[in-house]
Amino acid sequence: MLNKYFYLILIISLVFAISFWIGFNVNLLPAEASINAPIYDELFKILFIIGLIIFIGMTIAVIYSLFKFRKRNDQIGDGIALEGNLSLEIVWTIIPSIIVLLIGLYSYNIYDRMGGMKDLNHNHEMMSSNTEKIWAGISQTSDNEIAINNLSIEVSAMQFAFLFNYPKGNFISGELHVPVDQKVSMKMESKDVIHAFWVPEFRIKQDIIPGQPTILNFTPTKVGKYPIICAELCGPYHGGMRASIIVEEESDYNEWFNKNKKPEVNL
Amino acid sequence: MTISIDPQKTNNESLQPKGWLRYFSFSLDHKVIGIQYLVCGFLFYLIGGTLASAIRIELASPMSDFMPRDVYNQVLTLHGTIMIFLWIVPVVNGAFGNYLIPFYVGARDMAFPRLNAVAFWLIPPSGLMLVASYFVEGAAQAGWTAYPPLSITTPQSGQIIWILSVLLLGGSSIFGGINFIATIIKLRRPGLKLMQLPMYCWAMLGTSLLVVLSTPVLAGTLILLSFDIIANTGFFNPVLGGNVVVYQHLFWFYSHPAVYIMVLPAFGLVSEILPVHARKPLFGYTTMVFSIMGIVVLGLVVWAHHMFTSGTPPWMRLFFTIATAFIAVPTGIKFFNWVATLWGGKISINSAMLFSCGFIINFVFGGITGVALAQVPFDIHVHDTYFVVAHFHYIVYGGTVFIIFSSIYHWFPKVTGKMFNEKLGILHFIITFIGFNLCFAPQHWLGLNGMPRRVAEYDPQFQFVNQISSLGALLMAISTIPFLINVFVSVRNGKDAGDNPWNALTPEWLTSSPPPVENWEGEAPLVQEPYGYGEEISEQK
Repeated sequence: MLNKYFYLILIISLVFAISFWIGFNVNLLPAEASINAPIYDELFKILFIIGLIIFIGMTIAVIYSLFKFRKRNDQIGDGIALEGNLSLEIVWTIIPSIIVLLIGLYSYNIYDRMGGMKDLNHNHEMMSSNTEKIWAGISQTSDNEIAINNLSIEVSAMQFAFLFNYPKGNFISGELHVPVDQKVSMKMESKDVIHAFWVPEFRIKQDIIPGQPTILNFTPTKVGKYPIICAELCGPYHGGMRASIIVEEESDYNEWFNKNKKPEVNL
Repeated sequence: MTISIDPQKTNNESLQPKGWLRYFSFSLDHKVIGIQYLVCGFLFYLIGGTLASAIRIELASPMSDFMPRDVYNQVLTLHGTIMIFLWIVPVVNGAFGNYLIPFYVGARDMAFPRLNAVAFWLIPPSGLMLVASYFVEGAAQAGWTAYPPLSITTPQSGQIIWILSVLLLGGSSIFGGINFIATIIKLRRPGLKLMQLPMYCWAMLGTSLLVVLSTPVLAGTLILLSFDIIANTGFFNPVLGGNVVVYQHLFWFYSHPAVYIMVLPAFGLVSEILPVHARKPLFGYTTMVFSIMGIVVLGLVVWAHHMFTSGTPPWMRLFFTIATAFIAVPTGIKFFNWVATLWGGKISINSAMLFSCGFIINFVFGGITGVALAQVPFDIHVHDTYFVVAHFHYIVYGGTVFIIFSSIYHWFPKVTGKMFNEKLGILHFIITFIGFNLCFAPQHWLGLNGMPRRVAEYDPQFQFVNQISSLGALLMAISTIPFLINVFVSVRNGKDAGDNPWNALTPEWLTSSPPPVENWEGEAPLVQEPYGYGEEISEQK
């Protein structure tokens, strides 16, 4: 009997060890290029490890049963007449409940750190201009003071392109240029159907819904060029609806900005 | 007590065609209708599978070069619609439900045989209509979700035919649901208690409740959408002041329960198959029943997890995260119970058993990615990417379709009276299992790294992984060949199976194979222990 439990504990420890090793050593995600990305990857790692433990454990249990309890050629008759085991069933109700609850609380914490639990309807500078209802994606804006220092960009999505309007420079660009470590606040509107703004390296995505202007804030942390991908089916050229976001040093950004800036038209 | 045979009904039966012709008739026999559902569903599976192959051929190269872009969108729309509404839902509900439920409750037919036949005969015309819409002005091309405003602005005749077709199929589904509820509740053989029913009855009761509660919402939504398209109303059209997010709420109020309409019957079927081939009672009958009902209740309150990037308020995201993740608890109970059913059995390693075990492994994987997807911060990155495509194919193909094949192997001797070729069946399983995992496992990585779903072209860095996935799809297509050969050869030349080749205890096996029109020659047997397998049971009880 001791022998049996010894093997059981050995196998469980091995499953845990393998899962943790894979979880910490196998990277399935693209580069981390925004404040959100490392927070997201922390959640991913935890879910990946828990998932691996359950999946490897269940797969071993199924394959072991098929092998150990297979019917040999000389055997006749049935298996054991075990109709259930209430205490065992209570255990595997309660343990998953606890795991699911802990994951839920943890992901709530992650989401809060990403700024997702804030209602942007009250504290955004863009609200002052009119009374339209503005919906919010995830946002790290913590108070009005920081909001004023945001780089504001207006995004228009249409079949099949993104246009980025820089109100302070009075120009429109097909490429999104932002300085590194600068909080960016985008007001996104769709001209026709639903589109979505997705930057995989930033781990953010937000639908751009016609008739529903939406705010999306992010802070890039790594210089580079990343794809902006439309993630909502928007028509025949949906797969081609891509743009680039160029995260650059502040001096490079200013140079680009000043080159494109148009003087204000005085009426 | 005997169940009296209505003489008028017997007369009707004698007027109906005999032999293979009855499968093309308006038959009222639940067994004939079940086979009609299965064969019709399988033909549409072949069409949907051909469309899937076209998608994987297009995606074998990063450029959009195999078919025009709008045709690609039509193909993916039809693939989704056909696989859901014409293959999985009709087969796991209509085919197996109609064949098995009257046996399980000890009845000679369903409660409403004519409604049953109508429900089936709605399917072929609406399916043909859907496929034919390609030749009108192009089929629907807004995805199976038909989100407005895209579904309003794309060519209209295809979209309207799509709506009509889905409405008819939804009607068929509701007729079936009402029939199952009535049969299970009211047509039980005297002496047979609810808690003595085989698990598939409970699964079909739960599923039918979901069908009856949620399908009308889809019907209403699609009727409003058709008004927006034809009559320029503004329910969902933002140009006229409509709200597109309202459509998404209404659509997913049906379409998330639809996932349970597709998997709960499979949960029931696997609960019938495992005890027979493991020679053990189903582990934890009562908890299985409660977990089905738990899934039914929770399944109705999780729909907004499909809309985490649609600008839903934070409290709503939080609620739907917790509710969705908790579905893992009743579902987990079922999986632990199935593994416990295998544990200590005398397991026959045959096609039905292998497909069932493949189902357990695939579904556990899909369930784990499902719990991850339920977490809002996780979902925001992978929503609408190939990660989601991989996840739901693990649920509906790795889960339900594996169980459909398992069930076909398990009940083949019952329906035909012949045995199939076990070796070909095992070959079918091996190719399907390898092909399926090769096709869909790499897609998780594609989604995480930046490939959105429903695209005809993609970043060239994803080409190699996409080609692996296409290779898997090729294997899946090939796996159909041994299955079809096996079925066609065995139906004609298979070995005689006898009445009960598996030595099963559920009531459908306690009659001849194939069964007579009235199911049993004499009185229906009273089976109070459908899972009474096991060595000691005769000594102890």
